[in-house]
Amino acid sequence: MQPRNGLKRRVGLSENASFYLLMVPFVSLFFLFTILPVLVSVILSFFSYDTVSMPTFIGFDNFLRMFTEDEVFPKALVNTLKFAVITGPFGFMLSFILGWFINEFSRGFRSFLSFLFYAPALGGGLTLIWSVAFSADSYGYVNNVLMTLGFTTEPIAWFRNETYNTVILMFVQIWGSMGASFLANISGLQNVSQELYEAGALDGIRTRWHELWYITLPSMKSILLFSAVMQIQASFSVGPTITALAGYPSVNNSVDTLVPHLMDVGTARYEMGYAAALSVFLFAMMAITRVLIGKVLDFFGK
Amino acid sequence: MARRAGYKRYTRSTAGNILFFFFLAVAGIFCTLPLIYSVCTAFKPLDELLVFPPRFFVQRPTLENFLQIPALLETLRVPLERYLLNSVFISVVSTVLHIIAASMAAFAFSKSRVKGRTVIFLIIQFSLLYNSTTLGLPQYLIFSGLGMIDTFWVYILPAIPSSMGAFLMKQYMDASIPDTLLDAARIDGAGVFRMYAQLAMPMCKPAWMTLILFSFQSMWSVVPGGTIFKEELKTLPYALSSIAQGGIARAGSAMAATVALMIPTIIVYFVTQSNVMETMSTSGMKD
Repeated sequence: MQPRNGLKRRVGLSENASFYLLMVPFVSLFFLFTILPVLVSVILSFFSYDTVSMPTFIGFDNFLRMFTEDEVFPKALVNTLKFAVITGPFGFMLSFILGWFINEFSRGFRSFLSFLFYAPALGGGLTLIWSVAFSADSYGYVNNVLMTLGFTTEPIAWFRNETYNTVILMFVQIWGSMGASFLANISGLQNVSQELYEAGALDGIRTRWHELWYITLPSMKSILLFSAVMQIQASFSVGPTITALAGYPSVNNSVDTLVPHLMDVGTARYEMGYAAALSVFLFAMMAITRVLIGKVLDFFGK
Repeated sequence: MARRAGYKRYTRSTAGNILFFFFLAVAGIFCTLPLIYSVCTAFKPLDELLVFPPRFFVQRPTLENFLQIPALLETLRVPLERYLLNSVFISVVSTVLHIIAASMAAFAFSKSRVKGRTVIFLIIQFSLLYNSTTLGLPQYLIFSGLGMIDTFWVYILPAIPSSMGAFLMKQYMDASIPDTLLDAARIDGAGVFRMYAQLAMPMCKPAWMTLILFSFQSMWSVVPGGTIFKEELKTLPYALSSIAQGGIARAGSAMAATVALMIPTIIVYFVTQSNVMETMSTSGMKD
């Protein structure tokens, strides 16, 4: 909004100049600590660089290598997509639905309930508890219960078993994903105007589902975009949780994903150029997904 | 809640309420099990840690695991209080600076028409999607070029322009601050800075309260990478991580350290989230 004509401004600074000033601290530090390193990384993806000798330019060789020489990459790509397609949308919907349910209750109870769901995201190695639960020996809780009930006589090595490990790890991933998007949804729901709900009730909205569709979701549009981006980021970057529980490389690369692969390439084998190319590839996949999601949200938000 | 009671009758069925509650109770207990297990384990005496078949709950709780922590850390070259102080300092300073910088920028992205704001904002948003693994090396070069290796700056400065914060604040401002309200403020002679501080920030309290939690939590768990060599500049999670390397005999103490480390985050959680929920009653003032 430009100041209207004829209105005298009290401060000497023009409105646009003030807005630029507000941006300066964030944007300048962002440029220095994020944009610059990302640019260096993108440039490195066209080089062969072992962190010791001088980088040598090799054009698109790093990108070709993914599909021609790298045996782990195709498997990691498929696994990453599998995790992204399932945990992403599921986590997105769950983080909204839980926030919406919780919003029904009184204030004190609401912060208690949301804590229950946020607890997995508290960090501090809580994820490792699943390695105790799904431990490969009979000390593991799941094996212990199954053996006591007579479902199995031998303990199952859950994370080394290709039939079970993907499902268990997806489940752990979703369990831990009620973080940023979940709390953002809760804070967004606080902001849906009460007058809208009351007006809706007068206009004949009779069920909570109608209320959700006609009032809550449209008011939440911008927060839902935030939540979607956070879920894209989390679901394509699955890896640290998987590595912590199933190790890297996993049995037959059955649950290896792109992030552990590029970490292995970059920080263990010091092939920084190739690791950068993998990052660029991963980024491209997420960016395309983000653009598509934006189109879908625009379509529903007319 | 009383204010909502009138319309609630129309849109809320009892069957639906019971269904919701049942779903929430089951999911909530399930989500919290690992946290409960951690707390139980932290209070288990050694024989209960090793018992077969494994027990979930603690039978005879003891403080032993917690009391052993200082002794286990005696080998560290710097007293434990120093690590604690470092972590508190880094977390508080980064969080405050991050909230201020991110919300100021978000206000400009959301409510101004200055040139380039859309492009810059899109870059910030998309930067969230770039994996950080390969950024460590260029970041190291930048720190070393600025002479910041082995200073607190390497913790604090990169945390200030965290993309997520500016993104969340911008989306929240888009949804919650009507342009008509800013126009009214302009007619009253308010400048940009006053609109930011006295109008936008109070209305976006739920968003920045949530950001305080995210920022504090991530800074509180920071473990120094290759940019900090001086022991007296390292953090509490780094110091406590040495306990976990002690194997099964120290499993109880390792868990006690984990639980103790989580307490400040949990406190920040309840302080900030109760403020998020509180704003409900005052949000009627807008429009």
